[in-house]
Amino acid sequence: MAADGAPLLELEGISKRFGPVQALDRVDFAVSAGEVVGLVGDNGAGKSTLVKAIAGINPPDAGTIRFEGREVRIGRPQDATELGIATVYQDLALCDNLDVVSNLFLGREEVAVGPGQVSRQLDEVRMEHETADLLSNLAVTIPSLRSEVGTLSGGQRQQVAVARSLLGEPKVVMLDEPTAALGVPQTKQVLELIRRLRERKLGVVVISHNLADVFAIADRVFVLRLGKAAGEFQANEATEEHVVAAITGVGNNREQDEQSGEGERA
Amino acid sequence: MSATEAATGGEAAERPTAAQTLRRVVQGDLSSVRVVLGLVVIAVIFQVQEDRFLSAQNLTNLMLQITTIGLISVGIVYVLLLGEIDLSVGAVSGLSAAVMAVLSVNHGWNAYLAIAAAVAVGAAIGFLQGSLFSRFVVPSFVVTLAGLLAWEGALLQVLGKTGSLNINDPKITGLANTFYSDTVGWIFAALIIAAYGAVVATGYRKRLSAGLADRGAAQLIVRFVFFAAIVIAAVAILNSDRGVPLAVMILLGFVVGMEYVAKRTTFGRHVFAVGGNAEAARRAGIRVNAVRVAVFTIAGTMAAIGGVMAASRLFAVNQNSGGNELLLLAIAGPVIAGTSLFGGRGSVWTALLGALVIGSISNGMDLLSLSSAVKLMVTGGVLLLAVLVDAVARQQRSASGRV
Repeated sequence: MAADGAPLLELEGISKRFGPVQALDRVDFAVSAGEVVGLVGDNGAGKSTLVKAIAGINPPDAGTIRFEGREVRIGRPQDATELGIATVYQDLALCDNLDVVSNLFLGREEVAVGPGQVSRQLDEVRMEHETADLLSNLAVTIPSLRSEVGTLSGGQRQQVAVARSLLGEPKVVMLDEPTAALGVPQTKQVLELIRRLRERKLGVVVISHNLADVFAIADRVFVLRLGKAAGEFQANEATEEHVVAAITGVGNNREQDEQSGEGERA
Repeated sequence: MSATEAATGGEAAERPTAAQTLRRVVQGDLSSVRVVLGLVVIAVIFQVQEDRFLSAQNLTNLMLQITTIGLISVGIVYVLLLGEIDLSVGAVSGLSAAVMAVLSVNHGWNAYLAIAAAVAVGAAIGFLQGSLFSRFVVPSFVVTLAGLLAWEGALLQVLGKTGSLNINDPKITGLANTFYSDTVGWIFAALIIAAYGAVVATGYRKRLSAGLADRGAAQLIVRFVFFAAIVIAAVAILNSDRGVPLAVMILLGFVVGMEYVAKRTTFGRHVFAVGGNAEAARRAGIRVNAVRVAVFTIAGTMAAIGGVMAASRLFAVNQNSGGNELLLLAIAGPVIAGTSLFGGRGSVWTALLGALVIGSISNGMDLLSLSSAVKLMVTGGVLLLAVLVDAVARQQRSASGRV
């Protein structure tokens, strides 16, 4: 499941400053098609800032972004969407007062053909149909597509959010803490869903605090520390201890850190 | 296909029992049912006290009395759906009507041009307030409170020294004082029922052919019969007095049209999304500020239309136009009828239902010749009750995991 060919998304020398805080400092990052990259780091390490930079929420101050080998500028969320970069945020960004179908198609509603087009009338039937198809393809089960998202469980909401990110047929999907606050069976469902994204040859970036989850799904683990790249590991070659050492920055030699006791933080 | 099956299967399993339905009525999920029950109670109370209340003449008067509030409330519903408030609509309705009166009476403008100018003034004010609110992120109640004062001042300015203008152009006064003949009334009824039937039938056929039929045909037929009965009864009552008023048709037209926009169009969906979770809407690529400006423009426009209707009924515009409790009643109506003050929940129908509730109470108390002291206190009590019900419904939603 390793990356094939050139990276799909490639970042070089990305910096971002919030007032006195250097949130990102010349970070290089890449993800290829069919690859799951785990993005890890302590609180404030810059993981979310990096994702927001790629997603166009907080454009970087410096650095270049290349998508499919072409240099691009991502100044607004729409720019990222148009390129084919979808983001699922930790707070899911769902409208609890709307149903599953409405949330899935939010911001890209299907418009009816015929006279209703003038008023940009919604094609509810088509949207519901496509929702059902997409969810069954992903093996996601939701009791009713017309139930308000606010009534669903955390795992179902996460799956709706991930499914929504796929509607625009993106090439890269970024997931911010997809398993935080989920129970064991729900976490399993979400990890399964991420594997299916990889099978679809998407580039997947997963931010997580949970190293067990990261190792369960990631091909590669990228560590940020205090806004700087602090290490990169092939998931099948590295151990959690190596990654924890890079996260905490204890010692310069990874081998020594195994005895430092910091490994228990995982 | 498993999701489709799960979806339809789940819905069949979720068909509510009678007890669940009752609980939903009480808790406010089915708030329109609650409001209709409330209307029945109000009608019974006043009818017992004063048997003119349910007479055809009084019911026709009631319908005419609620047109202004109803029209303004249509715009307020949109503002409430955003979770915002517009305190300027009363003043805007007065100012717009004054602009129309001055242009028509003092400058001899064509009636339709004068009305168009009034509506344009309302729209421009709404656009301005919406832009200020969204551009500078000032709370909407502050922006529109400033508007309330400023536009009331502008009303006095426009009316000049006399402070009052009588409108005599029959095209303007005809808006609120035209009644259709019995035949035309029945034609309206037939058209409305046929249109409703066509919408329901095509919608059902479309869902059926897509394999998404979730409501039984029997349920739809019951609804259709119920709807037809209400329309026929309403036209029969109105015909036995002066006939179907043009003003009522205008109000219904706006309610139906704006309900369509709210529930069936992309724009309406975006209004609900911004009201439910503005940040989520922004990230979904919805131009949140554009939606906000549009909604306040709608509110200003509907306020102007309501103001024109009020002037038409009164045959005049004066310094009190759009003043008194008009603003608060226009906001109270939709809230009483179930549109949430917290945004993201409601429908344009609540503008009509709420105006009916408030109008009935006010009309009934007038028939009983109660003092305005009592009237104000009763209306205040009803509003408080409605807001409490809204808040309790919201708490229960969040208690059951729904925000």
